[in-house]
Amino acid sequence: MKATLILANGAVFTGRSIGSTADRVCEMVFNTSMTGYQEILTDPSYAGQGIVMSYPLIGNYGVNSEDNESDRPWAEALIVRHISPRGSNFRCETDLDSYLKQFDITGIEGVDTRALTRILRNQGTMNGMITCAEHFNIEDCMARIRAYRVEGTVERVTRSAPEVFAPAVDCGKPLRVALMDYGVKRSMIGCLTNRGCEVTVLPAHTSAGEVLAGGFDGVMLSNGPGDPADNVEIIAELKKLYESEIPIFGVCLGHQLLALATGAQTRRMRFGHRGANHPVKDLRTGRSQITSQNHGYVVCADSVDPAVAGISHVNVNEGSVEGLQYKRPKCFTVQFHPEAAPGPKDTKYLFNRFIENMKGGDL
Amino acid sequence: MPKNPNIKKVLVLGSGPIVIGQAAEFDYAGTQACRALKEEGVEVVLVNSNPATIMTDKDIADHVYIEPLNLASVEQIIAKEQPDSILPTLGGQTGLNLAMNLHEQGILEKYNVRLLGTSPESIRKAEDRQGFKDAMEEIGQPCVVSDVVESVEDAAAFAASIGYPVIVRPAYTLGGSGGGIAYDEPSLREISDRGIHLSRVGQVLIERCISGWKEIEFEVMRDGAGNVITICSMENVDPVGVHTGDSIVVAPTQTLANREYQMLRSSALDIISALEIEGGCNVQLALNPDSFEYAVIEVNPRVSRSSALASKATGYPIAKVAAKVALGYTLDEIPNAVTGATTACFEPTVDYCVLKIPRLPFDKFTTASRTLGTQMKATGEVMAIGNSFEGALMKAIRGLELPVKSLRMAGLEDAYTEEIEERLVNIDDQRLFVVAEALRRGFSPEKINAITKYDIWFLDRLQTIVDMEDALEKGRLDADTLREAKEMGFADSWIAALAGKERKEIKALRESFGIRPAFKMVDTCAAEFEAQTPYYYSTYDGENEAAQPLSLPAVGEIAPNIPSAPYLAASTQAPHRADAPAGEKKKVLVLGSGPIRIGQGIEFDYCSVHSVWAFKRLGYETIIINNNPETVSTDFDVADKLYFEPLTAEDVEAVVELERPWGAVVQFGGQTAIKLAQALTDMGVPILGTPADGVDAAEDRERFDEILNECRIPRAAGRTVFTAEEAVAAANEVGYPVLVRPSYVLGGQGMEIAYNDKNITDFMRIINQNVQEHPILVDKYLMGREVEVDGVFDGEDVLIPGIMEHVERAGVHSGDSISVYPSLHIEDKHKETMLRYTRDLSKALGVIGLVNIQFVIYNDTVYVIEVNPRSSRTIPYISKVTGVPVIDLATKVMLGSRLRDLGYGTGIYREADYYAVKMPVFSFEKLTDVDTGLGPEMKSTGECLGLAESFPQALLKAFKGAGMKAPKRGGRVIITVKDEDKAEITGIARGMADMGIEILATAGTADALEAAGVQCRRVARVSEAHPNIIDMIGSGTVDLVINTPTRGRKQNSDGFKIRRCAVEHSVACITAIDTARAILTVREQGRSDQLRPIDITAI
Repeated sequence: MKATLILANGAVFTGRSIGSTADRVCEMVFNTSMTGYQEILTDPSYAGQGIVMSYPLIGNYGVNSEDNESDRPWAEALIVRHISPRGSNFRCETDLDSYLKQFDITGIEGVDTRALTRILRNQGTMNGMITCAEHFNIEDCMARIRAYRVEGTVERVTRSAPEVFAPAVDCGKPLRVALMDYGVKRSMIGCLTNRGCEVTVLPAHTSAGEVLAGGFDGVMLSNGPGDPADNVEIIAELKKLYESEIPIFGVCLGHQLLALATGAQTRRMRFGHRGANHPVKDLRTGRSQITSQNHGYVVCADSVDPAVAGISHVNVNEGSVEGLQYKRPKCFTVQFHPEAAPGPKDTKYLFNRFIENMKGGDL
Repeated sequence: MPKNPNIKKVLVLGSGPIVIGQAAEFDYAGTQACRALKEEGVEVVLVNSNPATIMTDKDIADHVYIEPLNLASVEQIIAKEQPDSILPTLGGQTGLNLAMNLHEQGILEKYNVRLLGTSPESIRKAEDRQGFKDAMEEIGQPCVVSDVVESVEDAAAFAASIGYPVIVRPAYTLGGSGGGIAYDEPSLREISDRGIHLSRVGQVLIERCISGWKEIEFEVMRDGAGNVITICSMENVDPVGVHTGDSIVVAPTQTLANREYQMLRSSALDIISALEIEGGCNVQLALNPDSFEYAVIEVNPRVSRSSALASKATGYPIAKVAAKVALGYTLDEIPNAVTGATTACFEPTVDYCVLKIPRLPFDKFTTASRTLGTQMKATGEVMAIGNSFEGALMKAIRGLELPVKSLRMAGLEDAYTEEIEERLVNIDDQRLFVVAEALRRGFSPEKINAITKYDIWFLDRLQTIVDMEDALEKGRLDADTLREAKEMGFADSWIAALAGKERKEIKALRESFGIRPAFKMVDTCAAEFEAQTPYYYSTYDGENEAAQPLSLPAVGEIAPNIPSAPYLAASTQAPHRADAPAGEKKKVLVLGSGPIRIGQGIEFDYCSVHSVWAFKRLGYETIIINNNPETVSTDFDVADKLYFEPLTAEDVEAVVELERPWGAVVQFGGQTAIKLAQALTDMGVPILGTPADGVDAAEDRERFDEILNECRIPRAAGRTVFTAEEAVAAANEVGYPVLVRPSYVLGGQGMEIAYNDKNITDFMRIINQNVQEHPILVDKYLMGREVEVDGVFDGEDVLIPGIMEHVERAGVHSGDSISVYPSLHIEDKHKETMLRYTRDLSKALGVIGLVNIQFVIYNDTVYVIEVNPRSSRTIPYISKVTGVPVIDLATKVMLGSRLRDLGYGTGIYREADYYAVKMPVFSFEKLTDVDTGLGPEMKSTGECLGLAESFPQALLKAFKGAGMKAPKRGGRVIITVKDEDKAEITGIARGMADMGIEILATAGTADALEAAGVQCRRVARVSEAHPNIIDMIGSGTVDLVINTPTRGRKQNSDGFKIRRCAVEHSVACITAIDTARAILTVREQGRSDQLRPIDITAI
């Protein structure tokens, strides 16, 4: 079936429908990762967004139940150049198209994804719409596209009740981590349980008081979707957590929220960082590492008060803030994804640092 | 960490002659690295024995030594040049081994030369089988169960303990020479015996056979601060069991989920970190297709063939970055030249699919075993880029320049289905096509996967192509089908053939549907950043980046994926580069030479690149089309624009329609480019230099004869024929022996000397296995002195930089002959005659630019053998030894300059003060069942040069460069020659005996020698009782075999067995009487202790 992709700038791409045939309006972003479409689709950080995969061959290894980052795909739509009709892999359980249909995710294939990526790069992330209608009124579509905004996404993706994950390895008495679920990925939980932690995933709006009363050894602030500044209440609670002495480690949205809670500002990026090849320099060691990234907002470097935090990591390509080391002991955050999935695992050691902090060190 | 200020003068080692396993990729890497070093103000001293390389140019290095790559010669160069450092990782295995040797022998220490980049300890750890295994164990990286053994007995015992089949891998050899899979004890004994022999350290590794696992490669990079990145991942379509150089390879990996991919990526990075590599490194891994189990196969702590492929596949200049890392820079201090905005510290990500197909030499070596295994056999490769696997595959196949232009191979459709099923088991160069045929006959991908272990995903892609063939054959030519077919890489000509139409009809039809090629950019970053490098590939997508300025599209611009506007109009208006205003520079299209094959090697890339540089200097905008990832010409900063496309008329036309070049150059890209002359003319592109008609006149027998008559130039009597009957009649008319060959061929392909009717009918049968579009030539064979000239002709005057004389008389292909400059025996009157003939023929053919002529002097008469109105194999070396910039002059002449104004005069250029001997180098040990006997068909893969003040010294150097050792006093030679040579061999044998070399001979030869009073020992023939000649050769006590082949192509002749036996035991084997005489000359007059290195920049 024919499908049409309409962008807010008026560009129109025609292709073939994949997944659901329901109309879908969303924010269009591109991801340059060559593997990991399944992890990307199920990453709650993509809530409200349509993902353009810049790599043209998608679905090659199908879909399995082990690599999901959450219970369901959160992206609104998937745009690809070619989709494989069937997957080939020893763990493959279904093909990508069927999977999208199962979860009612709209998609389109046969699109010049490089041209699309270039538009998003040059003109910035913009809204768009996919429709399978044979005939549509472009003005109506444009109105819907213009009216769309990614909002309320953290509320949508977070858990409604706490959930406890037991350590996956036995290291004696486990460290107990409160993991704030702003849209947490399973890998993040896994990175902690695999290091012997007991992880309690808490709904995003859990108050600081409740967290602190829980007797946890540390708090981890997860990744998540949307504009960080929208989360006013969460930011207020984080300020209280920050004022305590509990070790804190934040990732992506968690990193941005803590920055906002401590007086810094965030800004929307033109097209963000989404991929598995972003180089980040650790200013403390001088070493650069390749990271997995997925963010459309970033902490403004000049808004960071040196009395509060120092910039610990920067993006090698354009110097943006990739990590903050707070003056307050045992508190650091990063913009990139040390839990990887998809992407390189080169910065997983940061979880060790968090664990050392919980054990009493201050790294 | 900035550059180490103590590094001021660096010695760079090249990889020597082109052999299977070590081809142009090291010229590409070395050239790029030298330029990077010079950019940093470092003085570069270069050593490479291969004169056909670009790296041995004066403009690439400050001091250039075309000298043998051995300890003695390099030590002399170190003593003379006093470099402070040496860069060992750019010259392939040859350069690395030599650098390690220099280190181990204390030579580096003696002269205070430091090894840049990776330390010797790390190299040893990566290269030594046991050392590597131990290192891997230490960091928990799984290796395949294996053991290093030094004897056949130990090999057998270990194999028995782990169970058959096992893989045998010799240590320190090129392209896995001498290795193989052993299925039982007898085969194990045979392979390990050979492997132990070929290994530099007498070791082989016996390992568990994991054939059928996925073979995955990572190109990784590490700097001195420990930053590590991966440049590119690659997946072999052929699973483990086929050497990666012979495998069809796709980049990036296609069938790995993120979890497997990251597992292997981390493994590669852990390995390079543990080995403390500083620079580029290649890691090969095997992955069980049914689990997460994997094993490290091998690590190459240097740039490699795969790194050249990875560089071209991603746009990331690995050799350049490796060179800068060796100088002390960290990755984040090195700018990314592609984006201009980012640094070398990132991982390239691509938004297309890259396919590499090896170019195997079985079209030349029709009798060779086509089986592929752990020993590499390919001479070259093609790469294709597309936005689908199918598209890249179809482009790559037609880029091979083989008779097969699609997934359909002639002959397979007639085979019985049982035969196809049987052939699926064979691992050879035709497997891809057999698999496609099986799919065509309804075999399921699952069934084929069970037999071949090709991943189902690849099989599904092949099925898609097969289904499309079917649809087109049924005449479905609607817009959707045509668009899909074009997206899948189907050429118009192939669609036309399937649908029973003409190519032009298909083109017109698809254009009427608005289906036109669009070019996309290779930018290292999947469009995340704006790129500065116009490096393009074709797709059938909507947006044509090559037709646009590099700037932002206007807001609100519609970007349809069905193009509505004709691109031609757009391309003529739009400036293509921000820094090159449109209309000011004339565009020149230079065609490259495609994959390296026997007969068309690296020398044509040398010519193409030099002509690009010449045009650039003259203010032209240059555009190159080529599909060989190993070359300098496909480096993104050589031409102003690079189109990575197959060199077929149709693919070239797509570029031409977009770029509208002012002119095209075909005379530098070998036969590949020349073949396109007519097509370009038909497209309306003016050919710069000799027009298509001149090319045709030189190749068309009747026209050429007419021109010879007009010019009053004698040539051997000959005839043009089509059938075997006509050939026999022609041969009898001109008289035996005759040369038989197809016209329009490379390197004497299919050429033979026939002595009788039976020879003729045999050859005609072989020749006619491939459909001949052109007639067959039958010429009288003149056994005289062969001479070759390269000339530049401007329409009136000719300049001949040098006259080259062949050591071997006519009958041995010029590419396989030892060639000497200046000539030794040519009388001045003959030189004058050759000058006149060159001028007259060039004028008559309409040559403008280069011409290469082969003459034979027979009975005091100069005959013309053949004329090639194009660049030749000898251009690079003659340019270097005479100092005449031949390509530069030819380029200027094409643009209308007169030679007399260019400063190098006309006529025959003055002779150099040095003798230069070009020595052919072969790769016979890699190709089982190939007859090593020299003849009119070219067999060599590369060449080296010997440069010295006298002929014997130059010859000695050349032999050394080729790795050939002339027997010394007390040495032993076996002589067995055909009857015609017996008279001549006695003198040579006497000379050798006088030098204290023991002569062994088989009965007939021994009779002749004794009759002439030459002492010799008799040795039993092949068919006689043991120990016979074969046992002697195998015993390791013989230094040289002289065996001249008898007539005809007999696979099982004694001579064939003798020659193969010598190759397999690494015993030098001479098959032409003149080469044997050259050996004697070296032995008598050469003085090793008086060899001196010569810096050619000072000539």
